[in-house]
Amino acid sequence: MKINRRNFLKITGIAGGSLLAGREKTAEAKETKEDFGDKWGCLIDTTVCLGCRKCEEACNKVNHLPPPDTSFEDYTVFEKQRRPDAKSYTVVNRYFKEPDAPDKKKEPIFVKVQCMHCNDPACVSACIVGALQKLPEGPVAYNASKCIGCRYCMVACPFVIPAYEYHNPLTPKVRKCIFCHEILEKGGLPGCAQVCPVEAITFGKRRDLVHLAHFKIRENPDRYINHVYGEEEVGGTSWMYLASVPFEKLGFQKLGKLPPPRLTETIQHTVFKGFVSPLAFYALLGGVMWITRRKKKNDAGKEE
Amino acid sequence: MKGSNHHKAAPVDYPFFTPGVWVMLGFMLVGLAFVIARYILGLGGVTNLTNQYPWGLWIGVDVATGVALAAGGFTTAFLAHILHNDYYEVVTRPALLTAMLGYTFVSLGLFVDIGRSYNIWHPMIYHQPNSVLFEVAMCVMTYLTVLYIEFIPMVCERFIGKVNLPGPLASLNGFVDKLLRFADKFLDKFMFIFIIAGVVLSCMHQSGLGSLLVIAPYKVHPLWYTPLLPFLFLLSAIAVGFPMVVFESFLASKSLHRELEMDVLSSLAKFTPILLGIYMAFKIGDLIHRGAYVYLLEGSVQSNSFLVEMIFGVIVPFAMLLSKKVRQSPMGLFVAMLLVVLGVALNRVNVFLVGFLPAYASHHYFPSIGEMAITAGLIAGLMFLYRACVTIFPVLPVVEKVDEK
Ligand code: SF4
Ligand code: SF4
Ligand code: SF4
Repeated sequence: MKINRRNFLKITGIAGGSLLAGREKTAEAKETKEDFGDKWGCLIDTTVCLGCRKCEEACNKVNHLPPPDTSFEDYTVFEKQRRPDAKSYTVVNRYFKEPDAPDKKKEPIFVKVQCMHCNDPACVSACIVGALQKLPEGPVAYNASKCIGCRYCMVACPFVIPAYEYHNPLTPKVRKCIFCHEILEKGGLPGCAQVCPVEAITFGKRRDLVHLAHFKIRENPDRYINHVYGEEEVGGTSWMYLASVPFEKLGFQKLGKLPPPRLTETIQHTVFKGFVSPLAFYALLGGVMWITRRKKKNDAGKEE
Repeated sequence: MKGSNHHKAAPVDYPFFTPGVWVMLGFMLVGLAFVIARYILGLGGVTNLTNQYPWGLWIGVDVATGVALAAGGFTTAFLAHILHNDYYEVVTRPALLTAMLGYTFVSLGLFVDIGRSYNIWHPMIYHQPNSVLFEVAMCVMTYLTVLYIEFIPMVCERFIGKVNLPGPLASLNGFVDKLLRFADKFLDKFMFIFIIAGVVLSCMHQSGLGSLLVIAPYKVHPLWYTPLLPFLFLLSAIAVGFPMVVFESFLASKSLHRELEMDVLSSLAKFTPILLGIYMAFKIGDLIHRGAYVYLLEGSVQSNSFLVEMIFGVIVPFAMLLSKKVRQSPMGLFVAMLLVVLGVALNRVNVFLVGFLPAYASHHYFPSIGEMAITAGLIAGLMFLYRACVTIFPVLPVVEKVDEK
């Protein structure tokens, strides 16, 4: 995990830099202004998940996704680490508690991967036309008819989640878990959470889920490590995880607390606020141009 | 303002079709074939883009590098028109033409790159001011319009009193002539509005391009990732403007067999060590301030590419251009300026491609044949149109033709 350590250094470096002092304040301001506790979220308990792939199947069904390459009962897919792609909003990956132990003693840990529905989503901030939106209820939704297909959302997402329909020549879409927001609006449960036979996915208000997560950790200190992934990462996410081993061992990146949009939006808004700086620059250049022209005229006059 | 007594420009009097031009046409055709394939097979059919690497050669080279290398337009406009330094007037027209064509091809490249090309106009109605890309798109669009407006006087100069439309359109000759005369009068008075706007817009989107990846702190290698990226992009764009003008003059003189305007080019080169020096100072200072220099000798592709970019693209040409002898020798000047151009180009490629290291990627992106063919086709198309424009319009200054026969 060379990259992770390096990035961590980088982020701490940035946060320490004077340039960012102002930006961090804005981040705090934004957080106190907006309470994410009321938003919907999900808590995934990786110590419970069986790796049955029923959530993958349910997600495929409720979202009318294309048929999978191999059946959802095919467990050989676990031999490789997969990522959500144009055909699947969510995938389950297998890790081992002690990867170096002899095969028979290996205890698997399954991790479901999907969009984290960040509190302050980088994809939404990046999207050039607002095709991605953080709904007031929490889900990050996508409107394909606005989308121009620039894929900046994919560049921006710190979790590397959105996928693209690269093989659709004319009407490609960005594909990612949409938190089944249409079902939620009708009072239903997300397809994956609904189907899970062991309730590894708990749906609820983010505030309650955070409490639940810490309660579980407190009650079973041997079962869990003391870290709720997503509680603070990139400013917090609607989907959060519990685990028995450090998250870096389960394919999670070590991420800082600062939401990435605070890095750019602050530049955008300080530089372009009310268009003051560009206009001031325009006026300045106009002034220079006027002076140099007068000087030129005067010089020409003297020569005559 | 564009007083004709300062300098004379005229259409180039040189045969249009040479073997080189046919080669360009060849590249354009191959590129076009791949563009067609892209709209039949989708982006996946012709590119090596993946979900981890959503941006490739077209964004890194056609767009980011293209915009940087079109900086000759606004830097010369600033020098000759805003500072009223008439001596440099001669280089403004070719620089303007390159910028105009450069941005046209940037837009074409973007058009092909985006998944839903027909929605390219959407930012005009769906504003998203939080998005850096939105700001860049709006600036580029407006600037492209400004560049076309700035080019109109050359059209007027060429065709006023000489409008001669073919066939049935001939009845419109008088009307078009009046239109041109009106445009000429109007622009003569108000051109300054557009010139200043061009400089402001350029500064905005040159730095905006640098902001694009600031939102991806976990993906860009720390040798390049800094909150100063927008500022460094702006400084390097300013530094590369004149070198690009010099480089183009060399190309034009070679391919059109014209005498070089060495005196002007050498004087132009005086500014480069200063501008490049400022860029270098901030780049090195930033590296030290962030402590990122620890990665310099990592031995990875990234650290090596960074070293090449800094040593051969910044430090060596900086040292070379400090010497008056280098600036005044055609060979020395050409090599030094070319190094600056390549250095800034490599910087853009480094930031967008080489230094882009997303998690979960099974392998590093490398462009496909199709991507390279389309990029090559676009560059050939740009050169082709440049040649066509200098043949039709008074862009290049009148100079002695090199007598070689
Ligand atoms: S995980 Fe990525 S795609 Fe999902 S909301 Fe966050 S930034 Fe957007
Ligand atoms: S690809 Fe679509 S959704 Fe993603 S940033 Fe571009 S316009 Fe927005
Ligand atoms: S919330 Fe809905 S869209 Fe997201 S993974 Fe679950 S079923 Fe799929």
